[in-house]
Amino acid sequence: MTALKVDDLSKTFPVGGGLFRAPKAAVRAVRPMSFEVAKGETLGIVGESGCGKSTLARMLVGLLEPTTGRIEIEGKPLDNADPAAFGKLIQYVFQDPVSSLNPRKTIRQIMEAPLKRLYGMGRAERAARIREIFASVNLREEFLDRYPHEFSGGQAQRIGVARALAAAPRIIILDEPVSALDVSVQAQVLNLLADLKGEFNLTYLFISHDLAVVEAVSDRILVLYFGTVVEVGPAEEVFKTPRHPYTKLLADSAPVVGRPLKAPEQKDSELPDPLNPPPGCAFAGRCPRATPECVAEVPDLRPLGEHQLAACIHPHEY
Amino acid sequence: MIAFLKLLFRNRLAAMGAVVLSAILILALITPLLPLADPDAIATGDRFKRPFTEGHLLGTDHLGRDLLSRLLWGTRLSLAVGIFAALIAASVGSAIGIIAGYFGGRTDNVIMRGVDMLMAFPYILLALAIVAALGPGLTNALIAVAAVNIPFFARNIRGVTVGLAGREFIDAARLAGMGHGRIILTELLPNVASTIVIAMSTTVGWMILETAGLSFLGLGSQPPQADLGSILGEARSALITAPHTSIVPGVMIFLIVMSINLLGDGVRDALDPRLRSGALTRPRAVTLVERRGNVPRADQKGLLNIQELETQFHVGPRIYRAVNQVSLHVNPGEAVGVIGESGSGKSVTALSVMGLVASPPGVITGGAVRYDSEDLLAASYDSLRAKRGRNVAYIFQDPLSTLHPLYRVGDQLIEAIQAHNRVPEAEARAKAIELFRAVRIPNPESRIRNFPHEMSGGMRQRVGIAMAMANDPDVIIADEPTTALDVTVQAQILSLLDDLRRERGLAIIFITHDFGVVAQLCDRVAVMYAGRIVEEGPTETILEHPAHPYTKKLMACVPELGGGKRRLAAIPGLPPQVHDLPPGCAFAPRCHKATDACREGEILLEGTETHTARCIHPEEELA
Repeated sequence: MTALKVDDLSKTFPVGGGLFRAPKAAVRAVRPMSFEVAKGETLGIVGESGCGKSTLARMLVGLLEPTTGRIEIEGKPLDNADPAAFGKLIQYVFQDPVSSLNPRKTIRQIMEAPLKRLYGMGRAERAARIREIFASVNLREEFLDRYPHEFSGGQAQRIGVARALAAAPRIIILDEPVSALDVSVQAQVLNLLADLKGEFNLTYLFISHDLAVVEAVSDRILVLYFGTVVEVGPAEEVFKTPRHPYTKLLADSAPVVGRPLKAPEQKDSELPDPLNPPPGCAFAGRCPRATPECVAEVPDLRPLGEHQLAACIHPHEY
Repeated sequence: MIAFLKLLFRNRLAAMGAVVLSAILILALITPLLPLADPDAIATGDRFKRPFTEGHLLGTDHLGRDLLSRLLWGTRLSLAVGIFAALIAASVGSAIGIIAGYFGGRTDNVIMRGVDMLMAFPYILLALAIVAALGPGLTNALIAVAAVNIPFFARNIRGVTVGLAGREFIDAARLAGMGHGRIILTELLPNVASTIVIAMSTTVGWMILETAGLSFLGLGSQPPQADLGSILGEARSALITAPHTSIVPGVMIFLIVMSINLLGDGVRDALDPRLRSGALTRPRAVTLVERRGNVPRADQKGLLNIQELETQFHVGPRIYRAVNQVSLHVNPGEAVGVIGESGSGKSVTALSVMGLVASPPGVITGGAVRYDSEDLLAASYDSLRAKRGRNVAYIFQDPLSTLHPLYRVGDQLIEAIQAHNRVPEAEARAKAIELFRAVRIPNPESRIRNFPHEMSGGMRQRVGIAMAMANDPDVIIADEPTTALDVTVQAQILSLLDDLRRERGLAIIFITHDFGVVAQLCDRVAVMYAGRIVEEGPTETILEHPAHPYTKKLMACVPELGGGKRRLAAIPGLPPQVHDLPPGCAFAPRCHKATDACREGEILLEGTETHTARCIHPEEELA
């Protein structure tokens, strides 16, 4: 069963312009993309800064209105940009756990907001529900009357997860949920997320720039480059047998114990200019396998190997 | 609240302002209860009586009215009008500011251009125009003064709101189902309230002055009603013959405005979070060194040799032992990794080397840092400054915050070169281009003219490295130089650093939290936990045979690419706070091997010549 279906979703930001002037240019942060996430699945989304992964996430929860395309959750289309309507179905866990909590509110006030606004629960009902959720994320109830600054990063992130759970969503988008945390705490949070998924029957979209973390938690991985999906495949295959040269570059760049140090590419590897996007495949300028055909037109995602898809004319074969 | 008052009254001028203002406020409040003469009772026979005449403590005015009585009643009125105007201006202005800042875009544009237009008029002209349109009278003067001050609040509050509106907790509130109105009232308002209070405390004095100004011109309070401005206005014609009639209200206006402004400045300083942390002074140029006990003797190890270094932060009654007895050395051409979690003291160790830890609150309380056998902690500021950059250079984590945003990167690099060598501009520029080439920045001749924001993160970090290399240092201390970068860029920067040390015999101290990075670049590695080195040895040995349970567990926490979907090992609990360390091993509360012996006494860093660990139950026998 499909939990989330995205069809032809894209976002274009106007650049320049003012009160009485039309925008000078447009930046396509997310180019039209379509994908599906099955119920109970964890879809990992990787890409470097500027690849559009956060824009995609913000569209999925209704914080940004898409320029084109539609979002379907469990078969029901969501096309109005009312976060409250999204809130009950899809929730978001933010990258910076401390700044996602209002510094002037107690944890109880923060936890109560979704219960009150989305479900209109009464006081006693709310208290019981919060107790339940806090027990499942291993937080002590005495934390409820404290303020956010009193917590360490790992605790604050668990509060962030607890808040997302309070809305009882079907899907949770985790936007770099552990990149602000220390490694010893990172594993605690990742394992907690894995446990909660089973307990609450959730579907995850896990966004990260850390390939090893994404691989460890995901069923399937989607690789983004310059606002486009360049490769999709099962987690264990994407980095082991990368088809798209960009995925291969990512996999080769990750520091691995025991692998000698070498720069996987020595060229001037700037990202393409979003105001002046290159024709054809956006990666062609950095790609060792690029040919004139690559610049001629944008390659579509096509099946390669048994389960993988890649948008490349000259993919790696294994 | 008590802490706030304490901080406020540490500022003598603010305290003085508070005392004077409270006295005036109390007088104004109890005026109706005081046995005063009728302020409006005219007795033309008694006009222009000097102060201290019987029955008239401050004398009388041109109509023989008692000045003391008029002064107190006038003060009462002026304060009431000023405060009321400030409240109106603050509520309306803040509402406009919050709405503009929260919605942004076109709403913001339209509102703020309107506010700009209001600001384009000289304020007194605008106030006069408003009074002229509404007619003279105190209420209209109040409206005029409030209206004139709205833009000030609107602009201030909008600025703060714009910063808050982009924060993640606002998005979170939206996802929790809150509407715009509720977000503004319950999420934004509590966070801008302190700014509103500060802005009000600094403007209330002006508003009293402006109301007095309008009354002085005869547009405010109408006779016989007295406010400070109208008393002054009426006394104007007798300025020479009976100066006391002008001086008395004049002094009162001065006292009110002065005390409010002094107090307002005090409130602003006390609420400023940067000042609230206790650091009311700027950090010194060099970290304070107060070594207790003996300075360790030189042991001729390495080019840069940190010996038993202790750095602490003294914040109020708390002492944070950020670096505790850390010894580390690095040889030419060698790369030493320092690995640890946040708060483990790895960055403070690095900053202590060149006295870059902010003091206050940082204090180096023990140990030595020897460069070429000279103790840097005993060196004078001038000699230390000469060595900063020339002998030991730093590369920091975030090149965007270490480069000055308003200067071209080339000029910053030239400045770094010229700080140590008096070379002509052209020669320095040539050297800068050469450095850019050395760190593999393409088109160095044109890139040199870029501003930091025109470069990508990877390019900026290359500039950071070029700057560290500018004076051919022997040692580079790199503090998480690739943490802010993407993996593909990180790989390039690491291989660049590796080339540089091989080509130029650089000694590198590389601080990181990433075992993969350490494994690829470093020859030796030191693992830090709670301010101490818990294990040190050759990188390969430590990665394959870690001796300290912490090292072993930490490595198990790091997922490695190629492992597929799995459950990760975690270390239960949290790292300890360094102001409240348990006796014995700091890791004992999280360690599965801990015994009672681990929780008492000092545990030494022991082992072989090359591989040492601070553990009594090591994972591997070190002998």
